[in-house]
Amino acid sequence: MSFQRQLDWPSKTGSFAVRRSAMQTAICLLFIVWSNQEITAQISPHSEASGQGHQTTSQKPAGSLADNRLAWPAAADVKRVLLMQDYNTRIVLWGTTTLGLAAGITGTFLLLRKRSLLGDVVGHASLPGVAIAFLIMELREPQSGKWLPGLLIGASISGIAGMVSTVIIRSCTRIKEDAALAITLGAFYGLGIVLFTIIQKLPTGSQAGLGNFIYGNTATITQSEVDLIWRVAIVAIVAAGLLFKEFGLLCFDEQFASSQGWPVVLLDLILMGLVVAVCVIGLRSVGLLLVVALLIIPAASARFWTEKLSHMTFCAAVIGVVSCYVGAVSSALFSRLAAGAVIVLTGSVMFCASLCFGTRRGVLLRWYTRRRLNQRIATQQLLLAIFETVETALLPNPQQALTDVTVTLEDLLPKRSWTAKQLRRSLHEAQKAQYLASHPGRGHRLTAQGGRAAHRAARNHRLWELYLLQHADVAPGHVDRDADRIEQILDPEIISGLESALFKKYPQMAAS
Amino acid sequence: MASESIPPAVTVVPPLSIHDLTVAYQRKPVIWDIDYVAPAGKLVAIVGPNGAGKSTLINAALELIPRASGQVRFFGEPYQKQRHRVGYVPQRESVDWDFPVSALDVVVMGLYRKVGWCLPVLPRHRKTALAALARVGMADYAHRQIRRLSGGQQQRVFLARALVQDADLYLMDEPFTGVDAATERAIVEILRELRALGKTALVVHHDLQTVTEYFDEVILLNMRLVATGSVESVFTTDNLRKTYGGRLMLLENTDRIVGKGTSG
Amino acid sequence: MFTEIQHGLSAWGSFDTWIVITAALAAMACALPGVFLVLRQQSMMGDALSHTVLPGIVLAFLMSYGLRNAEWISPSTQLATLPLFLFGGAVVLGVVSAMLTEFVQRLGHVESSAALGVVFTSLFAFGLLLIRLKADSVHIDPDCVLYGNVETVKLGVAGVPRATAMVGSLLVVNLTLVLLFYKELTISAFDPSLATTLGIRARIMHYALMATTAATLVAAFESVGSILVITMLVAPAATASLLTDRLPIRLVVTLAIAFITALVGHAMALTLPALVFSRLGFPEIKDASTAGMMAVVAGMLFILAMFFAPRHGMISKGLGQTRLAFRLACHDQLRALYQAERKTSLGATVEATAWTKTQGFILHYLATWSLILSQQIARTAKGHKLTSRGKRAIEQIITNVSDDTST
Repeated sequence: MSFQRQLDWPSKTGSFAVRRSAMQTAICLLFIVWSNQEITAQISPHSEASGQGHQTTSQKPAGSLADNRLAWPAAADVKRVLLMQDYNTRIVLWGTTTLGLAAGITGTFLLLRKRSLLGDVVGHASLPGVAIAFLIMELREPQSGKWLPGLLIGASISGIAGMVSTVIIRSCTRIKEDAALAITLGAFYGLGIVLFTIIQKLPTGSQAGLGNFIYGNTATITQSEVDLIWRVAIVAIVAAGLLFKEFGLLCFDEQFASSQGWPVVLLDLILMGLVVAVCVIGLRSVGLLLVVALLIIPAASARFWTEKLSHMTFCAAVIGVVSCYVGAVSSALFSRLAAGAVIVLTGSVMFCASLCFGTRRGVLLRWYTRRRLNQRIATQQLLLAIFETVETALLPNPQQALTDVTVTLEDLLPKRSWTAKQLRRSLHEAQKAQYLASHPGRGHRLTAQGGRAAHRAARNHRLWELYLLQHADVAPGHVDRDADRIEQILDPEIISGLESALFKKYPQMAAS
Repeated sequence: MASESIPPAVTVVPPLSIHDLTVAYQRKPVIWDIDYVAPAGKLVAIVGPNGAGKSTLINAALELIPRASGQVRFFGEPYQKQRHRVGYVPQRESVDWDFPVSALDVVVMGLYRKVGWCLPVLPRHRKTALAALARVGMADYAHRQIRRLSGGQQQRVFLARALVQDADLYLMDEPFTGVDAATERAIVEILRELRALGKTALVVHHDLQTVTEYFDEVILLNMRLVATGSVESVFTTDNLRKTYGGRLMLLENTDRIVGKGTSG
Repeated sequence: MFTEIQHGLSAWGSFDTWIVITAALAAMACALPGVFLVLRQQSMMGDALSHTVLPGIVLAFLMSYGLRNAEWISPSTQLATLPLFLFGGAVVLGVVSAMLTEFVQRLGHVESSAALGVVFTSLFAFGLLLIRLKADSVHIDPDCVLYGNVETVKLGVAGVPRATAMVGSLLVVNLTLVLLFYKELTISAFDPSLATTLGIRARIMHYALMATTAATLVAAFESVGSILVITMLVAPAATASLLTDRLPIRLVVTLAIAFITALVGHAMALTLPALVFSRLGFPEIKDASTAGMMAVVAGMLFILAMFFAPRHGMISKGLGQTRLAFRLACHDQLRALYQAERKTSLGATVEATAWTKTQGFILHYLATWSLILSQQIARTAKGHKLTSRGKRAIEQIITNVSDDTST
């Protein structure tokens, strides 16, 4: 026997931002297949925003996956959408981009506070609040349960409750942050599910469409809802702007903030309150998962481009707005693209691009700096090796200059544990830097510039070595062998002492 | 040197007085019944073995961690009232150095209380902060992201952030840990400047060799107070043995450390 | 009220028993890998994995039909192997998402939870888009999407429901894995670098754990639904971690809690809604989602443990702190009297009000009373004085605590 419940959830494709969850989706697929049912095809109107009407449901066999192409929209449609001539498009765009802006800004602080996943928890935790608010409103006056501000207040209250309980769990027990988040998420979400099953059984019949609220439905946003969304978003943005430096301090150094007398707990609550506000309005417009993404992805992407908090916030806001705009526009243009998913994927693409090309912490940049550093070290080592070779060669006749001696590959090869290939590459680099002049057939000679560089490299290297010997107690922390900066790091008197020791050991160095 | 020229007004109320301070983590006290009155215009080292509760003492005084009993007075009043006169230099590990701020931004944070709620940081605040950075020899690095500073430079940024508050009492948590010689010199110079201005500094310190050189007073701490007072009278082998117990054997040249104090 | 509960439970039949057994087995199967996820501080991985398997399932679905359309396999084999395909796709994507997260975290120096957030939302959105673009012919039933279907156990072969058999075998597999790799799992959770030096590839263990978790999630879904899976992955393990400090015991306790959660959850789903809503004027509400209620119960058990756990509970901790404060207050009083006695040569009685009051009034009052009762101080006309026993006690404390050498 089966108790499977038939519910009255809207099954328009607009509500495709099916949140929970992959798993369930999956198992539905499994179920469908196992019971050998024909899969119901639901080609439904893409969205009211693009002005199409409802189409009928047709039956398709399970295996048929034909018609996968995206139909390109007509130029007129493109123009209409981009210029926001269409009323529906306009409010959808307006609502989602404001949301993207607010989410980008609050997400920055959330990321820096290392609580990125809190958005996920708050979103889940707000479900019982929605249900309770609905029930209360229904009890007071039947058919009034879907009054949006009421639902939003309910969602906010339970979202805050969820957030506070993670904080309590984390600070009062030995449970770590991650488990605190996961437990809160599970328990609140479970409660939400319980309440929603109950709501489904209410005889009032006004619960239809409540799912839109939970699972987000960009396409069915109404003007009044957009008004509410952007008002909340503006409040969040203004609050974040006013408390910008306070939030920055809180995220950077909480202990210092509290020693300075800032009300850390209050600030934290305000910040988290903003997150809850963004989550709650996002819940209605793009769905829970997508709010989570909007809170995390723009901020994480922005981090690659800048080392300044204000720039990072701005950058995150821009990325948030762009993703939302692209998502909303493309779902208006292409009937098969769900706005929410495109918003997230646009964000993901921007994240990948930032990860690679970011001008401050991007992977390519770091890879390049690392290579440059390695090259510099290799050149220094080469110069040192050449200097030592030349030095020994000059010992019998000290009149000659460094630049007069020719060194060959074979001379240098035993100096260090490098392969001929590595050595050749270093030689090549040194030639490019004009430290070396090549004399075909005989070998290489230092140029005047190269002579000076080699001398400096050898001097620094030896000074550091002496320093390590003479000041072994304090030395290791200070030594930076590669650097030319010995003068910057050590005292002049220490250096002059070291130098006299150096000249005693290598008299030839004093001459040049 | 400068320590003689203490303005008499400051000596009336001690900058910091601790009475019967006990702090417990979980169910075990970490520091017991600390009674201490800091003299004004002196540099005070807090010395003790690992786990002796040196940082705990400072954090409890600043109410960053709850205390089980006892009271702490700053300039004769509770901390909340005298907050602006107290500067705090936390341990370097206490923050996320990847944070997107420059050295200057960090120093400006010390001025946030003066800037006030919701108001933006003005150019004159930046100028003050830059001056503080210059005092610790970091003016050239003002716009560098803090991760790209060396350990010593990071420490100096923290010091500048405390300096910018223009406090009368400074509490520093291991400022000399893992810093280079130049930073160590810069910090000591700043400390002496502060003393010359009649200000007081309590510094958690773990390098016994430099105590006699850098400080006037010393607090020997190992969960309880072992001894407090001027370096000459208190920093003796006997007291050190009481503080460090068997662990002092590892510090071979105790006599040299202490001897330096009595001779210099 | 009691009769209402009785009435709610009177309908309990063999069907309900099967529901509880199925849910309990599934909960236990999930809780096992959960213990290690909690240890490794990756609890949110459960929630993340439950999203990231979506593209895996869709891709596997498409691949299966692709093979059939290309006539590589016959329609009948395709239908027979489809569940395997989907299962495989989900597990593969679970591991891929774990790898991607680590990749983003390491390469981009992104903080771990943010990396996880980026990866799982992106993958889920990708899955959604894939469904929209490719498998539009699949109708996603929001009913399925919302609720786990513990309530849909159907009796299968030999009277044992299919779902029950499935999660039962899942539990057996997980139990075997945990027992086999117990020390490897423990050490790589506790200290990955040590594990690596010992020759245990911590990273491999990590991915193996992720694969097991993903497989468990996919398989357990059918019986309990994702809400319950995510909760059961973490809540029993976290609750157990408050109750015991030793890992083997923690494993057993976790299993027990998972079982209790399932049992109590179903009972409450049958009784509680009717209890509340009949009073609110909705007699038609009889029961509610079992899976949801189990998640709630898991949370409630955690809260109970949070307060009442023997060592790590808040009440026990608070008591410990109060006891400490009380002891300190006693010492304070004894010492104050002692010092006052030394100052005044008059044999000294000291006014109670003169004591250094650094703590609350009540605490001092209590401390005074306990000292009087234990005959360490005695009440006098003007205040209190130390008895000889009290003097011994305080002298002992002073010599122990500070060697009186301080200046």
